[in-house]
Amino acid sequence: MSAPSKWIPASSQTVGPYFRIGLEYLLDRPALSASEALLVRGKVLDRDLAPVSDAMLEFWSPACPAASSSDAVPSGFLRVGTDDDGAFTAALPRPQPHPEQNGIQQAPHFLVLVFARGLLRHLITRIYFEDEPANATDPVLQSIPAARRQTLIAQHRDGAYSWNVHLQGPEETVFFAW
Amino acid sequence: MSDLPTVELPLPGTQPEYHYPPYVSTIARSPRQPLLPLPLTRTETTGPVFRPNLLRVGDSDLTAQHAAPPLGERIYVHGRVLDEDGRPVRNALVEIWQANSAGRYRHKVDTYNAPLDPNFTGEGRTLTDDNGYYCFKTIKPGPYPWGNHHNAWRPSHIHFSLFGAGILSRLVTQMYFPGDPLQPLDPIFNSIPDPDARQRLVSKLDMQRAEDSYALAYAFDIVLRGSHDTPFEENHR
Repeated sequence: MSAPSKWIPASSQTVGPYFRIGLEYLLDRPALSASEALLVRGKVLDRDLAPVSDAMLEFWSPACPAASSSDAVPSGFLRVGTDDDGAFTAALPRPQPHPEQNGIQQAPHFLVLVFARGLLRHLITRIYFEDEPANATDPVLQSIPAARRQTLIAQHRDGAYSWNVHLQGPEETVFFAW
Repeated sequence: MSDLPTVELPLPGTQPEYHYPPYVSTIARSPRQPLLPLPLTRTETTGPVFRPNLLRVGDSDLTAQHAAPPLGERIYVHGRVLDEDGRPVRNALVEIWQANSAGRYRHKVDTYNAPLDPNFTGEGRTLTDDNGYYCFKTIKPGPYPWGNHHNAWRPSHIHFSLFGAGILSRLVTQMYFPGDPLQPLDPIFNSIPDPDARQRLVSKLDMQRAEDSYALAYAFDIVLRGSHDTPFEENHR
């Protein structure tokens, strides 16, 4: 084939309020072999701090090695939904250190995709974990203005991590353009 | 700022803005701070790969998940998942959900006074084959009111969720039907500024795939981004 013109990616549309019909089968379903080392609890909130009861989060890290190659769901991927209070619980495997090919070293983190009624495209953010020494030198985390950096760092509390997603408002979470 | 490469932004007009007041729910749920450039690291250039044992027999036939066939127009919805060079995306997870033929979702928050169909859940999924091809058998969903404004009716649509090569190819969208007069009135459809991009979400009647005396067919090809976002790391597949 000679130099094909670039095909244009399809447009996004909102996940709407009824996504559980088709997507619930994969909610809270980690890879069977994944060890649950990081328990994250939080809420998804709107401009008025009202709970977003129809949100879905997808966590992704390539740094969670699978113990079994036959898992239907890859380690490092987790989909969770919010309840009537906008609350979610995510039991995540602990990402392992993994130097990049270009030599940078990232702190343990997950990419987080946020879907909800009212979001015409999903939002992309990251979650980091308090108390990780590598946070201080993580190139992505440190590139974020200090005043907003904390929105990406889950706080260690009572054996679990606490992390809220603010879609808008004074505490708006840092989101990335894609 | 570090010298990490960052992700390429979409062509102007081809994706909706987060803040689109005609769709009222965007007003309090869309970010107002500037979005930051998304660095491309191994986290962004890789993505989950799902295995066929995720699926159950019958997941792609929404007309055969209950004791009897659902009411409504039986249809095939099929097409190919392609990347930005037009190459097939193999093993892409395609998940769909939809209203029944009366425009009612089997969901606790749907209170529209239209009948549920005991023979229809509206849930399907499949993985694309080596040609990037997928096919569902279902019924055509009905339009329904949604309260966004006076006499707001959603055009008939099927929700699609896709995972291609790499997490940046992730897409949730909706497939529409050709000739639906509700489309120009729909804020969700109109949130896509570029009219050509909107039309790419409208499926095409496909009489080649239709089966005489049995079912019509609609063709819907989907292009996912991602093939140009892997500058220094191969896909995690």
